[in-house]
Amino acid sequence: MGKTLFDKIWDAHVAHQVEGGIDVLYIDRHYIHEVTSPQAFDGLRQRGISVFRPERTVATADHNVPTRNQHLPIQEELSRFQVDKLTENCEAFGIRLYGLGHPYQGIVHVIGPELGLTRPGMTIVCGDSHTSTHGAFGCIAFGIGTSQVEQVLATQCLMQKKPKRMRITVDGQLQPGVLSKDIILYIIAQLSASGGTGYFVEYAGSAIRSLSMEARMTICNMSIEMGARGGLIAPDEKAIEYVRGREFAPQGADFEEAAAYWQSLYSDEDAQFDKEYHFRAEDIEPMATYGTNPGMGIGVGQAIPEPPANGNTHTFLKSLEYMGFRPGQKLLGHPVNYVFIGSCTNSRIEDLRLAAAYVKGKKKAENVNAMVVPGSKQVEKQAREEGLDRIFREAGFDFREPGCSACLGMNEDKVPKGEYCVSTSNRNFEGRQGPGARTILASPLTAAATAIAGRIVDAREVK
Amino acid sequence: MEKFEKLRSTAVPLPIEEVDTDQIIPARFLKATTREGFGDNLFRDWRFEPDGTPRQDFILNNPIYGGQILVAGRNFGCGSSREHAAWALYDYGFRVVVSSFFADIFRGNALNNGLLPVQVPESFLQGIFSAIEADPKTQFLADLEAQRFTIEATGQSTGFDIDPYKKMCMLNGYDDIDFLLSLKDKIETFEQSRKS
Ligand code: SF4
Repeated sequence: MGKTLFDKIWDAHVAHQVEGGIDVLYIDRHYIHEVTSPQAFDGLRQRGISVFRPERTVATADHNVPTRNQHLPIQEELSRFQVDKLTENCEAFGIRLYGLGHPYQGIVHVIGPELGLTRPGMTIVCGDSHTSTHGAFGCIAFGIGTSQVEQVLATQCLMQKKPKRMRITVDGQLQPGVLSKDIILYIIAQLSASGGTGYFVEYAGSAIRSLSMEARMTICNMSIEMGARGGLIAPDEKAIEYVRGREFAPQGADFEEAAAYWQSLYSDEDAQFDKEYHFRAEDIEPMATYGTNPGMGIGVGQAIPEPPANGNTHTFLKSLEYMGFRPGQKLLGHPVNYVFIGSCTNSRIEDLRLAAAYVKGKKKAENVNAMVVPGSKQVEKQAREEGLDRIFREAGFDFREPGCSACLGMNEDKVPKGEYCVSTSNRNFEGRQGPGARTILASPLTAAATAIAGRIVDAREVK
Repeated sequence: MEKFEKLRSTAVPLPIEEVDTDQIIPARFLKATTREGFGDNLFRDWRFEPDGTPRQDFILNNPIYGGQILVAGRNFGCGSSREHAAWALYDYGFRVVVSSFFADIFRGNALNNGLLPVQVPESFLQGIFSAIEADPKTQFLADLEAQRFTIEATGQSTGFDIDPYKKMCMLNGYDDIDFLLSLKDKIETFEQSRKS
């Protein structure tokens, strides 16, 4: 019987098998950041051990950094302490760090691919659930807890039970104005916020293959929002060309040899999946969420549904109450005062170009506070070189320095209580963007157009 | 990690589904660099007003309910991978979380910290909520060795699944890292085999 893409990569990384069906999985690349690593380093110190393969771990500061004046010391004391701790730990344990001020600094899931540190066929982990992003290159990439960060630092391995395999096929052609963010929000709305639990998802089909690498990363990024451990896409020419020539990619003959191997990474025709779903790209509208988990999404033109018959009405209504919505209401035309374009889901150069192309020559609505946060120093630099920062500023948007920012509101970039924010990030949980903040997840085009209109618009109809 | 064998306790009911780790411990409290103290901010925004006064309508502030078992609606622990969620529950004093469904990463994090996730059928979960409603002092027994969870008042019980390896770890207070460190030779051999 044939093998799935997932099995090919997994099986190549099993260093040892333990009785009871647990594999000792070897990790090729480990990314760390300031928030989920300090306790892991302390653990190493308590045990008196060093980092086993320091060259395989790469660190950056992203979650907790300010997005203004990054050249100055961080003002908030606890954040500064945490970021300093990362620097200390990296020095002490010999780990490469792209800290604040470094030209490679940025959101961990943006810098990995952009530096060529993420490559097809790898196993990649990070103490962050959106590590699934790297699956766009045909990697097994997933988020882990801090105890596991410590395990990887100590042994370069994790004890893992092999998850089940799911394939989601999207065929056909997207309507104009519908982006990869809409595809993934649509899929999550169909499967629910827990529909992927226990699975690793392969995305396939002509609509997926037609996407750029950036757009594929957006899809894989949100795999976790349906509960899946991760998502991946078979590497093709686009993936290979994306990696070619990047800072840490193999060069010359080494690259060609690697690329030949990468081309063998696909699901065989007779490979078996534990679950399969098929969707048609034509059915997908620009999406927006109305509730407090990413599964609560609808096409912008649709009405907010009634509480589900087989679900928990209390939870559903509590969520709507938090959002200030009621069943039957439409999102289209709803006034919005905050717009956030950023996060590891949609802060790459392509996202910024797309948003800038739309806002060019326009002005944001008076009532809107619009913020653009590039995913990395390199994205920021590129955006400046292309004059995107100026376009945003002239339209009245605030163009910031890189970090996670209002995606999780750990720094000062928060949305005030009760305010609506159309956000290109990945989570609309209660309080995610600040206590009481009401997050509506959408694509960068919907976000940009909403900022101009001051209310939610249908991205298919904007010019 | 502390050993876990058996726990008899009253339980705190939280009949809400999709409780994500941002609710368990909001991001702005993740700035600490040690594992302790997160219990103070467990369920922070449900538990306290912005000025820090306890919200009377939240279950943890109701003196009628207490104990080392938290019972919550399905898909508990979804969202962020922050292990701080498991630390916060543990630090607050919980040793068992019961739900009809757990998010993957949370389940793993809980097991790595001596917090036992007990997954029960939805109907049994509703039975637990009813039992607590009928009598907040009702006792429950989580028996890891037997893999059973019992409502003592009614004698109803259900089995629960746990990975045999993880069970062994919990019963003995071992963590993965001890085991992985013992495999160093095998890991090095594997690395060598990949190079050739
Ligand atoms: S941008 Fe948001 S989702 Fe992405 S790594 Fe940062 S906090 Fe996590």
